[in-house]
Amino acid sequence: MSLLEVRSVSKHFRGLRAVHDASFDVPAGEIYGLIGPNGAGKTTTFNMIAGVYAPDGGEILFGGAPIHGLRADQVCAAGIGRTFQIVKPFAGLTVLDNVMVGAFLRERQAAAARALATSILERLGLGPKRDLPASSLTLPDRKRLEVARALATRPKLLLLDEVMAGLRPTECDQMVAVFRELNRADGTTILLIEHVMRAVMALARRICVLHHGEVIARGTPEQVVRDPAVLECYLGEETEV
Amino acid sequence: MNRASISLAILAAILVALPFFAGNYALSVATLILYFAYTGQAWNVMMGFAGQLSLGHALYVGVGAYAAGALFFYYGIGPWAGLWLAIALCVALGLVIGCLAFRFGISGVYFALLTIAFAEFTRIGFDHFGWTGGPGGMFLRVAQRDTWDLANFRGPPLMYYYAMLALTALAFLICSLLLRSKAGYYWQAIREDEEAARALGINAFRWKLLAVAISAAMTAVAGVFFAFYYNNLFPEQIFHISRSIEIILGPVIGGVGTLFGPLLGAAVLTLLSDGITEALGAFGLDIPGVKQVFYGLVLLGVVMFLPHGIWPAIARRLRL
Repeated sequence: MSLLEVRSVSKHFRGLRAVHDASFDVPAGEIYGLIGPNGAGKTTTFNMIAGVYAPDGGEILFGGAPIHGLRADQVCAAGIGRTFQIVKPFAGLTVLDNVMVGAFLRERQAAAARALATSILERLGLGPKRDLPASSLTLPDRKRLEVARALATRPKLLLLDEVMAGLRPTECDQMVAVFRELNRADGTTILLIEHVMRAVMALARRICVLHHGEVIARGTPEQVVRDPAVLECYLGEETEV
Repeated sequence: MNRASISLAILAAILVALPFFAGNYALSVATLILYFAYTGQAWNVMMGFAGQLSLGHALYVGVGAYAAGALFFYYGIGPWAGLWLAIALCVALGLVIGCLAFRFGISGVYFALLTIAFAEFTRIGFDHFGWTGGPGGMFLRVAQRDTWDLANFRGPPLMYYYAMLALTALAFLICSLLLRSKAGYYWQAIREDEEAARALGINAFRWKLLAVAISAAMTAVAGVFFAFYYNNLFPEQIFHISRSIEIILGPVIGGVGTLFGPLLGAAVLTLLSDGITEALGAFGLDIPGVKQVFYGLVLLGVVMFLPHGIWPAIARRLRL
């Protein structure tokens, strides 16, 4: 069964056609990759799912219910957690407080929220840094904090917007391990937008390729990398796989 | 008990005991400090916690003061009942301003301008309403100052001091509880990054309105106190933008978003203002405006060297 169904959504910004008639399904319990070259419409698609913009056309169903046109906070309450490509920590708050903000979505009491936040920070290896101000974290830690905060809302679907970008290969592998573990242990469905092929190939069971706002290929990583259209538009210019 | 609660207990004890060794002048200065500490705390809920800059808090002081004042003046209804009317009116006004601003995405400086606009046109309106007495003012009947009449909030300076102390303590308690609750976390998240806050399921519109409503309600109570303490109300004075700025200075100097900031800032500024007057008098300097110059220089110094306010620097040093 598909947890998330994106059905022929379109989004235009004035004259610019950012996404056109894009469709894909993310099955429950899976790690799904959305890739494409710069300007392919990945982040726009992502933002439509997350409730930042309403699509101009098409529909988005989450667990069978339409979510297109909902506000970002309603989408989150429905069970979709997201990270930001350009990280947005609450800089003045401590690491723990950042994650507690997320935890308050499902927990009313501060003590319960603190317990949930603490356990998530431990899982992501941020436990020892929980009392530091978020502004003092390094980039890899800030990316981890983004994930921790989104996880604290207990999402059924986790949207990851280029969480690997800017990480060194070893750091990238650590993140991959974290997401595998999340998916395996909690059954959290993950939709990841990535530029870093290494991470997508390692994680995603299925991939959807966007180019100029349109879906040009869908399938397993092996199928996608052999698809001539994909090779031409995307992998052709970037040979490292 | 940790060091912070011990210091707080000592401070509370000193404030409670103050009237036993302070004269009437010192008591009136202390009342003024507490008044600014209280209104600063109320303003801090909106700006310090939720990041919404209000430059028109005199609006709530004035509306609160006139609401309770007019009930007493025309119908002889005491402030305990008038308080609720004052709170209701100010919350309603705050919600109107908040709805207008937050629904149409007015934020930051533009939101601040909107709060000034509301305070200003209320001032102009009150200058022209018949029932307020217009620019001529509204004067509440003053009873003898040596008997305690709690029902009508009439009494010696001691009574006003303790009333203000109780209000300040209550505001401090409410704010510290709020800051540790879901509301406090949500407000701070909105203050730090509203888009990220929304992505975590926070309905920013609703939570910002809550901050405005709480801040307006708290400030309304200060307005009622103002009416019954000073007994005369003039729109030109009570709604004037300089009154709004006065409310802000305490928490800004003390530390925006902190619990002790408004308290400390109010004390420093009021004592400084009085101290400068005394010092200039002692040196025989009697040039008009020289006090404001000194006052301005001190503010400049604090803003330049302690941009987060005095309290965070002290808290760090004392490891509170």
